[in-house]
Amino acid sequence: MHDSTLEQLKRSGRIVVVGASLAGLRAAETLREKGFTGTLTMIGDEPHQPYDRPPLSKQVLLGRSPAEHTALPRRRDIDAEWRLGSAATGLDMAARRVRLADGDEVPYDRLLIATGVRARPWPHPAEAELDGVFVLRTRDDGAALARRMADGPRRVLVIGAGFTGSEIASACRERRLDVTVAERGDAPLVGALGGVVGAVAAELQRENGVDLRTGVMVTGLEGDSAGRVRCAHLSDGSTIEAEIVVVSLGATRNTEWLAGSGLGAGPRGIACDAGCRAFDIRGIVTDDIYVAGDVARSPHPLFGYQFLSLEHWGNAVSQAETAAHNMLSESTERRPHIWVPAFWSTQFGVNIKSVGVPSMGTEIVISQGSRAERRFTGVYGYQGRVIGAVTFDNARWLPFYEKLIETTAPFPPTFDNVDRRPEGRQAMPADFPDPSVPTHGPTVTLSGYSPADRRMTFTPGR
Amino acid sequence: MTESDSILRRIIDHKNRANPYPLYAELRETPVYHDADGPYVISHYYDILSLLHDPRVSSDARNLASTANDPLAGSEQEEPAALPPGFLRLDPPEHDRLRRITNRPFGPPHSPRRVDGMRGELDEIVKDLIDGITDPDNVDLVEQVSYPFPVTVICRLLGVPREDEARFHVWADTLAASLDPAPGDDLEERNQVTQAARMELGMYLAGLIEERHKNPKDDMLSQLAAGYGQDETMTTMELLSTSALLLIAGHETTVNLITNGMLTLLRHPEYLEKLREDPGLAAPLVEELLRYEPPVQLVPQRSTLADIEVHGVTIPKGSSLWLVLAAGNRDPQRFPDPDRFDPYRKDIEHLGLGSGIHSCFGAPLARLEAQLALSELARRLENPRLLEDPPPYRQNAVLRGPRHLHVACDGIRA
Ligand SMILES: Cc1cc2nc3c(=O)[nH]c(=O)nc-3n(C[C@H](O)[C@H](O)[C@H](O)COP(=O)(O)OP(=O)(O)OC[C@H]3O[C@@H](n4cnc5c(N)ncnc54)[C@H](O)[C@@H]3O)c2cc1C
Repeated sequence: MHDSTLEQLKRSGRIVVVGASLAGLRAAETLREKGFTGTLTMIGDEPHQPYDRPPLSKQVLLGRSPAEHTALPRRRDIDAEWRLGSAATGLDMAARRVRLADGDEVPYDRLLIATGVRARPWPHPAEAELDGVFVLRTRDDGAALARRMADGPRRVLVIGAGFTGSEIASACRERRLDVTVAERGDAPLVGALGGVVGAVAAELQRENGVDLRTGVMVTGLEGDSAGRVRCAHLSDGSTIEAEIVVVSLGATRNTEWLAGSGLGAGPRGIACDAGCRAFDIRGIVTDDIYVAGDVARSPHPLFGYQFLSLEHWGNAVSQAETAAHNMLSESTERRPHIWVPAFWSTQFGVNIKSVGVPSMGTEIVISQGSRAERRFTGVYGYQGRVIGAVTFDNARWLPFYEKLIETTAPFPPTFDNVDRRPEGRQAMPADFPDPSVPTHGPTVTLSGYSPADRRMTFTPGR
Repeated sequence: MTESDSILRRIIDHKNRANPYPLYAELRETPVYHDADGPYVISHYYDILSLLHDPRVSSDARNLASTANDPLAGSEQEEPAALPPGFLRLDPPEHDRLRRITNRPFGPPHSPRRVDGMRGELDEIVKDLIDGITDPDNVDLVEQVSYPFPVTVICRLLGVPREDEARFHVWADTLAASLDPAPGDDLEERNQVTQAARMELGMYLAGLIEERHKNPKDDMLSQLAAGYGQDETMTTMELLSTSALLLIAGHETTVNLITNGMLTLLRHPEYLEKLREDPGLAAPLVEELLRYEPPVQLVPQRSTLADIEVHGVTIPKGSSLWLVLAAGNRDPQRFPDPDRFDPYRKDIEHLGLGSGIHSCFGAPLARLEAQLALSELARRLENPRLLEDPPPYRQNAVLRGPRHLHVACDGIRA
């Protein structure tokens, strides 16, 4: 049946996007590309035009490019009404209105929520206020931190060795700054990639002169009389003097503004179906509210229909495009967002990439190259199938592993291949920390049932 | 001999060289083509792409099960003496190590501006070559521009003295011919000629490298020879085979890219005109050319390390594999209206430079050379017309391109 309201929406409807960053911008561009000619409102709490975050921990901290030069390239003109520097503070689903901090209300026919995540702050507010204590999520964070690093501090302390923390440590070393990394787990990246690969990351850090402390927690920060951070106390009783402390403890989803709206939004993100349509708190799918990017959590058929939240650049782009497409499509023409998670990071001169959901894996095989050479591919297995893969300086093979994941290929792989070393024939435990203990930065969060449950098994089609 | 049995032969047959595309279309009807002892031939875009990223596929000739019975197998599996294989014919970890070392003086992160820094020099070389055209009524674009240009460039880049360039051409021609899967006549004899050429080239390069050890210059040979004082250096033999590889690749591919490009533009004069008005069109135009008329038509040197399933067919371990890039580039399942030349195409991720770890090492240079040469030719040739269509083609089915490209024009603009 043809939906005439859809035609009308396309021609003269009102679409509101909350969250004017990567996912928001790509969705807006896609809407225009698909022929949406109505009014488009972009609401963003940051005062800046959409910019790119990955360069913040890479180029910006190295002083290679100023934070203002990270604006996202535009694929096309989106002819939008920009409401920058104004946060959305509430949603009235019945009246189809978004409330803004300044009291304004913006009506919509279709809403896209792409509010992403924010850095988890240091838990003691007074200590977090000390001068010299930073987080890194926004352009302003990046600019401020880069400025301080350029002053040549005697030591930087990074709390948390997830991807962002490790990249910050790498940038410090490249700038020849002394840096200490304190990590509660047994190794850097352990939440995202497990202990086997984490051990390689640990060596990499130590070899590059990072003072890496694992298995410890920072228990408190101490300032001097002028309110500048001076040192940190660790759970092992030691003290570290540092002029800069970067808190890199992962992220919190920006969903508070939806409290009481009736939308299925909470600390784990906003639940949506595979077509990016948000659920309300009764578990009923809405038809006018869509979600994309870091703030979304959606079920994925390849991973047992569990709800996944991904903090991945590529996911934000692809989910935004899918949401925009579906917003303007008849129900039969909607498409699912079943992107295979993919992530990259550069640190200490090594290019790290992953596909699938390594953190779901229980076992790992080094299928190509060798850990000793820092050039390898690790394949993760879960219940006898390939569930994820990671490469260190070996990314050109990754599409092959992606296909293994998509086709639910058996694990461990038994075939011969180039650059397979003797060590790569043996599967070993991937060594992830207990999933009930939250880690700072897995970048993929299983926000559905626990992976330890076996409520569903995947039956590959033939 | 059945009808389908002959398709590989027909592809290799020189008389079909001018337009192999209908044959590729026929080939695509059997996505995994295999006949008797011959290679498994892959012609669909997505299949080729995935095999280029498949670690069960090897580029190392030593992994090929015997092809003694294979009449189409090239002659170059047995080259005992001469030089060891270049990294094009090696698998990781050797491939990775050699390619990485070679890349240091050539590209990012160590030498990010090497290629772009040559822009001015390249521009000048093209200009000089076009200035040298004396008879606008009959120009052979191959002889006068598309051959000498990249050859001069690669010699300069490596640091081969000008006066030796001519000797190089002979070796490079011989070695490129050895890549042709259709040995015209005597295999044995061609083998010997190839080996002799590799040998001579190796000795010549060894002399140059020796010289650079003593008197380093600002060229790639010097930099490779010096090894950057890192723990990763090449042995002398590796250095020789790597420089030979660069030299030959630098000789025989861009030539065809430029020539095929001019031929295509002369057949589509509206785009020649557009390029003249807008040199910015050069970049997308070269990408479309790499799709539409790729200078490397197929990769005939892969083998399988395990049983691999492609399109429902299991290719057994130890098989020889041909990846027909040019057929994949015109796969209608990948590109709408694939036989149409359209430099304004948006979605243009072609296989013309390969993909995966063996993707063209010289790609940035080849792209720049072709962009510069084509836009300069478009700008300066006044009302150019093809004198012969199709032009005569070289023998080689792998590195396919016209031997001559005769055009007439009303004059050469300043
Ligand atoms: C330092 C750093 C490095 C990274 N490196 C990589 C990498 O190497 N590879 C990779 O794959 N990913 C990386 N990422 C992650 C990647 O940047 C994110 O996945 C991506 O930015 C997600 O885009 P998004 O649009 O969903 O969310 P965001 O980019 O977080 O955008 C959400 C926007 O919404 C705004 N907002 C929030 N609440 C409101 C509200 N109530 N009203 C109005 N606006 C609101 C926010 O201020 C923000 O501007 C990195 C992230 C950071 C911070």
